[in-house]
Amino acid sequence: MPNTLDPKIEHLLRRAGFGARQDELDVYRAESFQGALTRLLEYERIPDSVDSKIGVNGYVQTVSANRGAPLSPTSVITDARQRWLFRMVHTDRPLQEKMTLFWHNHFATGYSKLAGLLGTAEATRYMAAKPTEDPGGVVGQIELFRRYALGNFRDLLVATAKDTAMLYWLDGYTNTKTRPQENFGREIMELFTVGVGHYTESDVYAAARVFSGWNVARPGSATDLSQHYQFAYVAAQHETTAKTFSFPIYSDGNKTIPTRAAADGMQDGLDLIDALAANPETPRYLGTKLYRFFVSESGDVPESFLRNVSAVYFRTRYDMKEVMREIFVSPEFGDRANMFTRFGWPVEFLVRSVKDIGWNGFSLADALTPLANMGMILFDPPDVSGWDLGRSWFSTGSMLARMNFASQLSANQKFNLAAAAKNSATSPDALLAFVLDALKTPALDPTVSDSLLAYLRATGAWTGSATQLQAKVPGLVHLVAGTPEYQFV
Amino acid sequence: MTITRRQFVKGGVAAFTVTYAAPQILTDLASAQGATSRNLVVLYLSGGNDALSMLVPYNDPFYYSRRPTIGIPAGTVLQVGTDSSKVALGLHPRLTGLKQVFDRGQLALIQRSGYPNQSRSHFQGTDILSSADPVNPASNGWVGRYLDSLPSPVDALVGWNTTRDLPRVLQSNKVSVPAIPSPATYAFASPNTGAEAAAERAAAIRINSHIPVDQPELAFVYSNAQAAMSTLDRVATVATYNGTVTYPNTGLGQALKAVAGSMIRGIGTRVFYVTTGGFDTHSAQNPNQNNGSYFNLMATMNDALFAFYTDLTNQGLFSNTLVLSFSEFGRRISENGSNGTDHGSASVMLAMGGGVRGGLFGTAPNLNTDVNNPTLENAAGDVKFETDFRSVYARILDSWLGADSRAILNGDFRNAGLTFI
Repeated sequence: MPNTLDPKIEHLLRRAGFGARQDELDVYRAESFQGALTRLLEYERIPDSVDSKIGVNGYVQTVSANRGAPLSPTSVITDARQRWLFRMVHTDRPLQEKMTLFWHNHFATGYSKLAGLLGTAEATRYMAAKPTEDPGGVVGQIELFRRYALGNFRDLLVATAKDTAMLYWLDGYTNTKTRPQENFGREIMELFTVGVGHYTESDVYAAARVFSGWNVARPGSATDLSQHYQFAYVAAQHETTAKTFSFPIYSDGNKTIPTRAAADGMQDGLDLIDALAANPETPRYLGTKLYRFFVSESGDVPESFLRNVSAVYFRTRYDMKEVMREIFVSPEFGDRANMFTRFGWPVEFLVRSVKDIGWNGFSLADALTPLANMGMILFDPPDVSGWDLGRSWFSTGSMLARMNFASQLSANQKFNLAAAAKNSATSPDALLAFVLDALKTPALDPTVSDSLLAYLRATGAWTGSATQLQAKVPGLVHLVAGTPEYQFV
Repeated sequence: MTITRRQFVKGGVAAFTVTYAAPQILTDLASAQGATSRNLVVLYLSGGNDALSMLVPYNDPFYYSRRPTIGIPAGTVLQVGTDSSKVALGLHPRLTGLKQVFDRGQLALIQRSGYPNQSRSHFQGTDILSSADPVNPASNGWVGRYLDSLPSPVDALVGWNTTRDLPRVLQSNKVSVPAIPSPATYAFASPNTGAEAAAERAAAIRINSHIPVDQPELAFVYSNAQAAMSTLDRVATVATYNGTVTYPNTGLGQALKAVAGSMIRGIGTRVFYVTTGGFDTHSAQNPNQNNGSYFNLMATMNDALFAFYTDLTNQGLFSNTLVLSFSEFGRRISENGSNGTDHGSASVMLAMGGGVRGGLFGTAPNLNTDVNNPTLENAAGDVKFETDFRSVYARILDSWLGADSRAILNGDFRNAGLTFI
């Protein structure tokens, strides 16, 4: 069966997912664009059983840092990274994972700081544990993003403001009545909602006071370390006086959060979050980031796009599923000129190449250092503004790291690749066509395809023997996955 | 309809492409452009450096009243004299190596550097300091524009970035500055060996010999791949460099070791970029205690820079070298409730080099909380800038790199009093 789909659906799967495995191709080949989109958006209808496949034959492997033991994703961060990569490769809900990645970059929280404050095991838990994996039901941040992947943005903001990892990352745990802490108050405006230019320095002071008392506590006895830190509103640490902003807080235009009794002071934060969710700049800021991630990184974001996204955002009262539906059906998303033009993130390149090249016998434990060399460490973005995207992913060093990962994976898949190519071994041309189909590349310039054919003809006459295929197929796959064209989604 | 990629291959129309000179010619170019010429090392202190913990006005009572926990005791600072406003200053106690460089007259401290309405945002602030353009902070870097001003063709190793991502400082129109986080791993791997591996490498060089200039995104990646293939061999010579001193095993220490190696091997690089992070000290800043967070930041910086200084001095190359540090902003004057400091305004820049006229430039802030205090802003919460950071860049461009700062900075930021180089 040919390895191709309607280019619009392939485009959708690269942007809304991480490319396509063979079994995904088979499923999506039967779908229209609308059908494919519905399948991606309405992922709740598809069982979420992917984690139960970890360690099962036929799937990509994982190796715990505790050699011989099963993965410990609630206490060892490299194990948590493998679990997330495993999901990206094998999930049947690709858009949920893609949005989780988007939110991870949007609310960028770094494990390293938490590990310095809390130790590595507890820090991993706050980044990655599922509620069922914690005695007190503490939810790791990434599970929060997965839960709200296409949920309500206002609810996601509230959950993030109360998230243990975030409370440590942006120092909310020390935000007290007499010494308000500005870190979270600033970033919720600058990076999470309205963006630079739409708040003032005095808003930062006010926001710090609004969130005073939004701290953490370990339930039960202080010495019972089986219970983990959770959000706690500490009334005695809340600064109760009125807080005035430069933008409306309430729907009547009132810009002042009133003086409240300390016991009721948590409402200050909820009022500010409601106001930021309702601020007209928020869907424009968010819409711009979504456009850059899902649609295009070049040119200005069309005003009509932002207007439409804002309209849906407000009409549905912040429903991200409907916002994303609007984005995927927009004329900008469907524009062929935008295909294969967004700079692929390292993790997109890595997961897509595993899906395209193969995984039997490959371990994700061996993908973590290459991913870091490409410039991306999951759960550890460089700072609160997230990774530098677009061109910043590319440099000579990171390009070599990508080429070298392609080399590592093709070497690992050497025999699988040679066997799969057996029926396409009649000529260098036939083999090249087979590999380009397997890797689902965009159009290649003749300089590139000629160089690849020249490679197949170098070092001896073409015989198509098993020995020749075991050298040439991985060599060719390495070169194709290392082309600049393959770095785009 | 499904389009097979086979058709793309067979029916493909040649894009408009440009093929560049072969790597061997570029190597000659590097030697022609001069291995012994002056170089610049840009050091980015990521996160917003707390200038008041690095250079302490230890006789200012407000320093201690506003920083009751994290103030650095007068008795521990490394005194560096008084500035032109008669404020006595001292370096952080862990900067012992830099104090020696200061005493030898090869370290300049440029106080209260910044710009009007300084951004308190990490990324906007970094962009502004990097592009030297507060109006369009997302434009190319100031060093990148300098590279664009060099006569073509420019050697692929004219710049050397020791981080994985290209920092905005080095973003340019014409030059893809290579990213070489570690010379040892800057190599081309292959699933094969021997002649087969060599054929792959030859194919990769050939594939990347053309640049599809009609597709800017793709062309950008091609230019990086091309620069990677053409710099592999020369970078490999640096991987074996050991130096005359032991460099600390920190990111900054190892990066500066590679920079020194590149200088000694005569690669021809003119500008280098190194960075060290962790300066966003909102909580537990702890500058006074061994292993405290700011104390460690100073240790990392001091030990790496002093090893670099010593190594280059031993080998007679320090006179060709200038290191300039910057950070996106300084921090608030008063400590916060977490024993840290929040985002502030003006900061301090360091310039270290054989050609530097060492000493204290500019004047220290007076930390009096009076809202009319002219050295402060934001209701006396933050330090107000005195020296425009672009004047520092202008001085380096004009007096060290022999360029025209007015063209590169799009304006006249020359400041005759700023004679640090």
